[in-house]
Amino acid sequence: MGEIKNSIIIFAVFTILLGLIYPLVITGISQLAFPTQANGNLIKENGVVIGSQLIGQDFSSPQYFHSRPSAIDYNSSTSSGSNLGPDSKKLIDNVTQNLEAVKTENNLPGNARVPADLVEMSASGLEGYIYVDSAMIQVSRIAHARNISESEVKKVINDNQELPLLGNPIVNVLKLNLALNKLKT
Amino acid sequence: MNILDLIFIVIFILITVLLAVPLAKYMSRVFSGEKTFMTPILLPIERFIYRLIGADENKEMNWKQYAYALVIFNIIAIIFVFILQLIQGYLPLNPEGFPGVRWDTALNTAISFVTNTNWQSYAGETTMSYLTQMLGLAVQNFLSAAVGIATLLVLIRGFTRKNTNKLGNFWVDITRTILYILLPLSIILALILASQGVVQTFDPYVTAQTLEGANQTIPLGPAASQISIKMLGSNGGGFFNVNSAHPFENPTPVSNVFETLAILLIPISLVFTFGYMIKNFKQGLAIFAIMTTLFAVGMGIAFWSESQPNPILEKIGVSGDNLEGKEVRFGVGPSVLWGVSTTTVSNGGVNSMHDSLMPLTGLVYMFNICTGEVIYGGLGVGLIGMLFYVILTMFIAGLMIGRTPEFLGKKLGPQEMVLAIIPIILPHVAILSMAALAIASPDGLSGLNNPSSHGLSEIIYAFLSFVGNNGSAFAGLSVNTVFYNLFGGLGMLIGRFATIIPAIALAGLLAQKGKVPTSSASFPTTGPLFVILVVAVVILIGALTFFPVFTLGPILDHLFLQGGIITG
Repeated sequence: MGEIKNSIIIFAVFTILLGLIYPLVITGISQLAFPTQANGNLIKENGVVIGSQLIGQDFSSPQYFHSRPSAIDYNSSTSSGSNLGPDSKKLIDNVTQNLEAVKTENNLPGNARVPADLVEMSASGLEGYIYVDSAMIQVSRIAHARNISESEVKKVINDNQELPLLGNPIVNVLKLNLALNKLKT
Repeated sequence: MNILDLIFIVIFILITVLLAVPLAKYMSRVFSGEKTFMTPILLPIERFIYRLIGADENKEMNWKQYAYALVIFNIIAIIFVFILQLIQGYLPLNPEGFPGVRWDTALNTAISFVTNTNWQSYAGETTMSYLTQMLGLAVQNFLSAAVGIATLLVLIRGFTRKNTNKLGNFWVDITRTILYILLPLSIILALILASQGVVQTFDPYVTAQTLEGANQTIPLGPAASQISIKMLGSNGGGFFNVNSAHPFENPTPVSNVFETLAILLIPISLVFTFGYMIKNFKQGLAIFAIMTTLFAVGMGIAFWSESQPNPILEKIGVSGDNLEGKEVRFGVGPSVLWGVSTTTVSNGGVNSMHDSLMPLTGLVYMFNICTGEVIYGGLGVGLIGMLFYVILTMFIAGLMIGRTPEFLGKKLGPQEMVLAIIPIILPHVAILSMAALAIASPDGLSGLNNPSSHGLSEIIYAFLSFVGNNGSAFAGLSVNTVFYNLFGGLGMLIGRFATIIPAIALAGLLAQKGKVPTSSASFPTTGPLFVILVVAVVILIGALTFFPVFTLGPILDHLFLQGGIITG
């Protein structure tokens, strides 16, 4: 009986310490020290939240940079990848379809090679980044749709490049599109 | 293959080891009750807890008392977390108004978090209230990690003590582990993660109006405080469904480096702590060498495999790495480093989707789990598992040279051998028989997301993950069913307690024995021969048991892919 009582007391003490006090203290410090980050890096325009810098959005209009394909269509109330194996028919069909779409939208020749990130789904279904190469493919389409010069679009990409620790430079699609909207037409 | 990725991985491991050694020294002082720089702050809290239960920190338990306290503590935790999920709909801190969790999911989750598995058949952001996450799940991340370490301490005492039945005090061991080690490290990591963009707030979810005019629900919550201990405590249970692939759980390449470091830090440290505590640092180094050899081989194969493009997709015009199920902010190298770490260490967190990996990468991850996760391994239990393999190796070596096997001055008789073999064999039997049952039943097959050999891999991985207390998944398999929730729960309990109880019993046997002095006839346990022998035994046991099923799963999958055969 003694150990049951001890178990319950110790369990209660640690549940209060680790389950209430600890997260409250971390929340308090985070809200003071990193209010933007701890609240989801939200972007507001005219008082309305238009998204989070970190969460990808679905873009289909020709005047915007397009994100990676998403297993959940960027519905961020949940998160998921496709979970399809590398030799799965569903995966090959999806990628084939995405390839055709990317080539048609961007007026690429039929034998053009397309970077994998533009046709393969991210792990989260919410990734906000693409490789710079994948943004460059879209430049001519965007310039045409917005009636601006390609060099202006390229400048937006160059200004927003980020270097991950390793590998090729990446760009945040939402940031790119916000920057496009700010360009004078 | 990118050479920079490889350099990064090597430097990363070196830095982790450099940090692990001083942490190991600190931990060995904490576990021995010696004074550290944290003592002035934490001793009053520690004393306060002992006073509450009227415990005398110098009053030690025998192995039965210790095991009893541990089991009772775990049962209470399971009941609490189970009920908390059922009634969350009536409790505060539930801004999204989630109803109580379904009974079978709640039971599976309760067992999962208490056994340090952190398998998740639910999606966090659509199922669990903030209160359930922090008061139920996050707390178990700490407690289950502490229970694992406490068990290791008992086994170490079994080796170092002689002619006694006293093995330490369970309450003291978990209290010290939490207060002096897990909590301070978690606070530091949580703040680093929050600075990178891991959310930490009690505000309700936000609805955004996207640039193209759609409504997008942005989930929030007290995530950073939970994710830090999830990474440090070999837990792995995500706040969000896709775990550390989620932009709010692992937002940047920097947060990814810290989270990967946190997976490996304490497991590697514990190996050196073992060396300090048995006053034979070289022995700790030898075991570290065994683990690192196995880690490096797996890392090499997985990195090579994942650096190949998908040949079928390459043919139809895709260029670059296999990025299906990967985030470009991490890329291939850091994704594989994470994957190998999370499967060796029994962490179970993911930053890429294991279901979409190249088949041989998946094979390495499965092999890591099927060794019993003894390559660094889960907190406490990983090193315990490795010590079981060491005992088995000493037995084999003893047979070869015709002497009674011994290790660290303890003679290993038939009883010790039985207790060391059960935790090696029983989980394997459980994994294979439960997976066979799943494959033979409609309930088991109905969850498949992929057909053919890849589907077999999904099921095998699930049971490896349950019984191995890993928690990661080939996540295409739909497992939130009564069948998988209950079988999974059973598998997790078998995996956890088939390690912990024999370890404590073994410690009881060893502590009662005297020490035999090492002589020139003793088999040396710190040299390269010892390292090679143990590595061979680990690979042989894993390979012999699982080779047939791996042939039909990932290896056949690999051949399909290379042959351009599309399945399904």
